[in-house]
Amino acid sequence: MSTQSTSWVPPRAGRWPLFGAFTILFLIAGQVLGLTQSPADRDMGDLEKIIYVHVPAAWVMSVTFAIVMFYSLRYLWKRDERDDLAAAAAAEVGTLLNGLTLALGMIFGKPTWGVWWAWDARLTSTLVLFLIFIGYLSLREFVDDPERRAQWSAAVGILGAINVGIVYMSVRWWRTLHQMQSSPETVDATYVLALRVNAFAFLFLMIYFVRRRYESLCLVRAADHAAEAAALRGA
Amino acid sequence: MNIDESAVTPAKATKRRPIAIAAVVVVVGVFGWLLYGGLDKNVVFFLTPQELLAKGTSGYDVPVRLGGQVKPGTVKWDDKTLRLTFDVTDGQSDIAVQSSGAPPQMFRDGQGVVVEGRFGRDHVFNSTGLMIKHSNEYRPPKAGEKPQEMYKTLIKGSGA
Repeated sequence: MSTQSTSWVPPRAGRWPLFGAFTILFLIAGQVLGLTQSPADRDMGDLEKIIYVHVPAAWVMSVTFAIVMFYSLRYLWKRDERDDLAAAAAAEVGTLLNGLTLALGMIFGKPTWGVWWAWDARLTSTLVLFLIFIGYLSLREFVDDPERRAQWSAAVGILGAINVGIVYMSVRWWRTLHQMQSSPETVDATYVLALRVNAFAFLFLMIYFVRRRYESLCLVRAADHAAEAAALRGA
Repeated sequence: MNIDESAVTPAKATKRRPIAIAAVVVVVGVFGWLLYGGLDKNVVFFLTPQELLAKGTSGYDVPVRLGGQVKPGTVKWDDKTLRLTFDVTDGQSDIAVQSSGAPPQMFRDGQGVVVEGRFGRDHVFNSTGLMIKHSNEYRPPKAGEKPQEMYKTLIKGSGA
């Protein structure tokens, strides 16, 4: 199976570290904008500021799992192990953002709703999504054969990513404690700008993380291939 | 891995590919059907006052969540016993709720709330937990307005 896969060269970092530095600065600017330039909400006061981290984390989590879906499907189609590694890199970052969404949501929930957690459809489906991807990452650790690992991971990755649609629609399909999606009609213009800036900052940060994790996963696989090739030559 | 396997697998993988894709499509379809179709509208976090009243006697003395708006003008706070009473309304029916302790910060007239507890035969809902259901709106206060903080007036009331 390594006959085809050894033909690729691990991707280089190139200018990505520069992109990362830009992203961090953009994120800091976005947070400063949100914290200093938007007024307190009429109901929740300054607790409103949490939307500048909770909401971008949730949005970008969805994008990240869409990337998992894309590369998992492409792996099953083309059988290029780099697609499997790209899906794995996105899954790691997506799980991080998923955990962040849950944690920040709980921190938001306690002072506004009065509870840390409620078993409504939105929160439960988000937790299920998190557990599926914890399972995805565990699966990758448990399966040693790279091809089998890639196939199984692709299947779990696709099933998990479908759950994103359920998380999104949960507040429309079912009666939940969590409110429905906000939109520029329901969010005052003074909050929309900071929300958008921070959403893009999270998006860029996600792209950066996925890219750098993809590079390192490729390096690890390339090292495996080199070790196998050396062992075969030596035998 | 051995050399024989690596010579055979690419051809085998190409043949098995449509089957693998078909299998994934089937599993995804079943998974989707279970979640999209099977669950349908059954996941309800709370009942409205009208729905709870419609249950009749089967709605009494069972753990249930009741959701709606705090009916303006019905909030009463007893600073001695820390008892909080208010009506929850869905616009058609009202249910009187009895709670204890200071409410969450965002509690006020007209606010969406979900209360956990039991609906008594005396038609008073005994709440053991009070949650705020926030809308999807975020607005700054209008000119001259301050963020509403009813809980502060309640606590002030208790000190007076």
